This record gives sequence, C-alpha cells and structure tokens, in this order.
Amino acid sequence: MSDAARIAVVTFPGSNDDGDAALALELLGAVPVRAWHADLELPEGTEGVVLPGGFSYGDYLRCGAIARFAPVMEAVAAVAASGRPVLGICNGFQILCEAGLLPGVLRPNRQQRFVCRDVTVTVESTSSAFAGGWEVGQVLVIPVKHGEGSWYGDPDLLGELEARGQVALRYAEDVNGAVGRIAGVTNEAGNVLGLMPHPEHAVDPLLGPTGGVPVLRGLIEAALTPVLPG
Amino acid sequence: MKATVLIRPKEGILDPQGEAVGDALRTLGFAVSGARVGRLVDVQVDTDDPAEARAALDRMSHELLANPLIESFTIEVGEDA
Repeated sequence: MSDAARIAVVTFPGSNDDGDAALALELLGAVPVRAWHADLELPEGTEGVVLPGGFSYGDYLRCGAIARFAPVMEAVAAVAASGRPVLGICNGFQILCEAGLLPGVLRPNRQQRFVCRDVTVTVESTSSAFAGGWEVGQVLVIPVKHGEGSWYGDPDLLGELEARGQVALRYAEDVNGAVGRIAGVTNEAGNVLGLMPHPEHAVDPLLGPTGGVPVLRGLIEAALTPVLPG
Repeated sequence: MKATVLIRPKEGILDPQGEAVGDALRTLGFAVSGARVGRLVDVQVDTDDPAEARAALDRMSHELLANPLIESFTIEVGEDA
C-alpha cells in the first residue's frame, strides 16, 4: 500500500451523498476523484468507483432506471469488467441493479415509509474483494435512509446468491421487507458491491457509529490489490 | 401515432402501494378485496405504421420502461391506445 487508492466518485443529477463519500474516502486515506454523469471516461488512474446515494434523475420511472443509461455508465461497467472494485451505495446500489451489474432489484419499502435510522447489519460472506478485513458474523452499525430499499430476487436467484456467497451483508432485523433481509449483495466475481446502508455516514466517532469503516476500507484495499482477470 | 404501455407489478410480487390503496378504499366503504398499482406511459411514436409502433414500444419496454424481474407490460397502439 505505497500509494493512496484513487477512487472515482460519480455525481449524477440528484446525487446528494457524493460529497460525503469523497470526504469519508479522504478520511480513510484514499484519494477521491470526482466524475460527472455525462463524462465518457473516468478520471485517469481510477482504481475504484463509488456510485453514491441520492435521487438520480429524480427517481423517475424506477430508482436508478434512467441513471443506468448515463454516458459514464459504460466506463463504470468497464471498470467492473476489469476486476477493479465498484461500490454502489443506496441509489448507487439501485443503479447497479438496474444496469445488470448486480442481481435483483430494489423496491418500495414494505412498510410504505421512508426509513432513516441506524441499523445493524451482519457480515454474511467474506468471499468478495471487499471483505479482506471482514469476518463472518461481524456486526456493523450503519445508518439507512431510503424509501425504496427493499431488495427483491425470486427464490431461485436468492438460493444461488446464498450458495455462491454473494449475500455480503444482512440486516439483523427486518428493515424494509427485503427478501432474505438482504442489505448488500455482490456480483459473482465479487468486485461489485451494492448496499442500502450508508457507510460514508458512519466513519467518524464524533458523529455516531463507525460501521462504515470496514466497508470503505474494503473498497480501498480492493482498489489497491485488484483481482484482475489474467 | 399514439401508443401506450401499461406496466403492472407481476403476479405474486408484493405491491405495498396497491395494498395501501386497497386499505384506503375499504376504509371509504368500498367492497374491495384487492388493488394493484401500476404505471401508464403514453408515447407519441414517429411512425404511422401500427406494427412498427408496437415493435418500438416493445423494445422501449424491455430496455427502459419496465423491469422484467418485477413488472409485466401490455402495449396498446393507435385507436386502442
């Protein structure tokens, strides 16, 4: 870890956690570089990507459905295909699902209410690129704030994800009606992670729980030691 | 010509919005055993050929307007729309 990881934070029209994501990455020793939805390429030297939370394109149609066609998304898909890490937080998770880079889809919360509070999630799998410093059963307290965070996949898909260790994080309690209480899933290769909780809001003890640190550290370490397809 | 896509939550998919609407209708005294809430998209397609319009709407629905994991859609073209 000689050099700091260069992590691109993509801003879409309606993103609102891009600033916090950049600040949190900086706090943890990475170099955040900002990218814009209309960019055709990510900044030179990008080693990892964050798609931040917010309400891209006003959440019109379905959350993330329009952002997936943003010009920058081809570059994001290329990063994902290269084996470098891509992290989607909240709206970023919704975008990655709509783009087909992550399995399933996020639906309106079962309780039909916006949920905004600290939640407890448990590490379910350490098979992803993000999990270098994680332990199965590890408990993280991270805030959520979403109206459409109920992950859905049919029983066959859920079974496959569980069997392959793609269920990275699970809520300790039912938060939004998500199938399997899924809080975060990865792609099959393990270098794309999406989660509804906001790790970027949970890195400074002055402001509350710090359960976001292992998640963002996982991204940073994966960016520095990517598993590139040989 | 005008064309319309009707998008519905697939059968068996939980629809919290539809449940809330159903509850509200029952509260108002309507004899209702269920409600499902979908979405309607009217599109003005730049063609006069109904078959072409239908094919275009089908592609639009697959690519953007509906998410096949959770939604089904039907297309109405021209007079029917």
